[in-house]
Amino acid sequence: MTNRADTILYLDGVSVAFDGFKAINNLSLVLKKGEMRAIIGPNGAGKTTMMDIVTGKTRPDDGSVYFDGTVDLTTHDEAEIAILGIGRKFQKPTVFESLTVEDNLALALSGSRRVFDKLFRKAGTEKDRRIREILETIRLTHRRDWLAARLSHGQKQWLEIGMLLGQDPKLLLVDEPVAGMTDAETEETARLLREISASHSVIVVEHDMHFVRELGVKVTCLHEGSVLSEGSLDHVSSDPRVVEVYLGR
Amino acid sequence: MISRYLFENGLSPRILALVAVILAAAIILPALNLALPESHPLHVPTYMISLIGKYLTYALLALSLDLVWGFCGILSLGHGAFFALGGYAMGMYLMRQIGPRGVYGNPLLPDFMVFLNWKELPWYWSGFDQFWFAALMIVAVPGALAFVFGWFAFRSRVTGVYLSIITQAMTFALMLAFFRNDMGFGGNNGLTDFKDILGFDIQADTTRAGLLAASAVALALGVIVTARITGSSFGKLLIAVRDAESRTRFLGYRPEMVKLFAFTTSAVMAGVAGALYVPQVGIINPGEFAPANSIEVVVWTAIGGRGTIIGPIVGALLVNAGKSWFTGALPELWLFALGGLFVLVTLFLPKGIVGTLQEIAASASERRKARKADAEAVDGEQASPVGAE
Repeated sequence: MTNRADTILYLDGVSVAFDGFKAINNLSLVLKKGEMRAIIGPNGAGKTTMMDIVTGKTRPDDGSVYFDGTVDLTTHDEAEIAILGIGRKFQKPTVFESLTVEDNLALALSGSRRVFDKLFRKAGTEKDRRIREILETIRLTHRRDWLAARLSHGQKQWLEIGMLLGQDPKLLLVDEPVAGMTDAETEETARLLREISASHSVIVVEHDMHFVRELGVKVTCLHEGSVLSEGSLDHVSSDPRVVEVYLGR
Repeated sequence: MISRYLFENGLSPRILALVAVILAAAIILPALNLALPESHPLHVPTYMISLIGKYLTYALLALSLDLVWGFCGILSLGHGAFFALGGYAMGMYLMRQIGPRGVYGNPLLPDFMVFLNWKELPWYWSGFDQFWFAALMIVAVPGALAFVFGWFAFRSRVTGVYLSIITQAMTFALMLAFFRNDMGFGGNNGLTDFKDILGFDIQADTTRAGLLAASAVALALGVIVTARITGSSFGKLLIAVRDAESRTRFLGYRPEMVKLFAFTTSAVMAGVAGALYVPQVGIINPGEFAPANSIEVVVWTAIGGRGTIIGPIVGALLVNAGKSWFTGALPELWLFALGGLFVLVTLFLPKGIVGTLQEIAASASERRKARKADAEAVDGEQASPVGAE
């Protein structure tokens, strides 16, 4: 097995069951530092549950989950894991609709999370520079003062990705970023994620094969809570077992 | 430091205007009552002074609910409990002020205790003869209850309708408890027959005017505190928790702490409102804990406009003025009118009166901006901004 010290995420023998249904079954998955990985799999394969485990929303019944080689994620809750440096984008775009794009990003920026600091402290110029940088990256500079509710679906997805960047995490988990996007937006999102992966480790869960091809990274196919196949997209998509679960038997 | 925090780098002009109006009412209304002879057309009768003073405490209660409901998305159906607890703390002080002037003339025990054949003052009544102690309890008891309640509820991630139901259960349980004679709070009858407050005769016109002024000042302070909280970056966090709680959690915040702070602050405000309410109406009884009272506060806030600072104040004043008029003219129909009003506002003005007006103003100014931008684009032949829409 890979040396744990070089990994950003290390899952070994993880299982979790909900009311007897094994959502994750002896899953082992290793992500190297700086790697971007696409995860595919049919509905119910356990993709979202895996993200829930990594971000502390769900506790595994069994197995070990390590972040950055040394941190045991099963002993931390969501807020702690977020501060450790794991950012998560939900399937459905989840932004603060009644705040402006700028305020959405300002809340995400790494900094104190304490209630009383928030009450008394003011934003500095460093924050402003970071917000401008992120707005450039996610192509929303001209929407800075808009309420997030007014953004299009695709722009909300980007804003949420921008909020992850603001957290400055070491690892980004991105759940179905292009669901409901136009083709042009999908390509733009692939470009955005490639740009982000230059300086972050990223896991992307996605159904859209065209998009996964655009990303051009190693692919893991999950099925019934464990890894079915792993490798390049061409390798995985020609694997007869993958073809079988996708096309039915 | 606190006063600097409240006043530094200004409140919005709208809030300053609101505070100015409230403080003006604190001066003008008592003056019209005390300085003008009764025959003068502008004279404000004393019953009106007490009525308006009562409305102002309701407005503060609605504002406190708005802080948690409008800004943080916690629909409390038990805010009347904090109001009543503040009221009881004040009532206990007022009872102790009666001294030997009660019906039974007992210098230490309030009448109802003598009636129940109690021989000594229960321990939790001690200290209430001192105003400073009562004032402390007025903020500490509601605050502590909200803190403990919120600590358990928010940490167990009870949200939405479930939280509303347990807040309702909380106020109902308190009502049942306070109805019991052996609780030592006067049971069914509550606390009443007050004589004086801080040495002033509670029936005197000057005292009544002073209480109105105090209620107005408390409301103005409530407005300033709420405006500062919601205007700070913590206020943005409050709204963030309301809009997408799980997102704040995955950004590394602890929404339960955000809610706990808002809920406790709000309960303290409600307690102060209750404390000012009691001397103006002259009685506090367990009926104040009734769930229907708390629901009425929700209706005021919804009608005025939740998520705005002016809204709940306008709502509380309008609905209660309407109630006073209606219960005089058509007493049987008042509850139907209130219910109908709530349904109509929910259907046609989901943002309430103030929220709807603000929306109209905002879209008008946006249209102006858009027209200006169009004109500039034609002048300067700018390239259209890029962006997928």
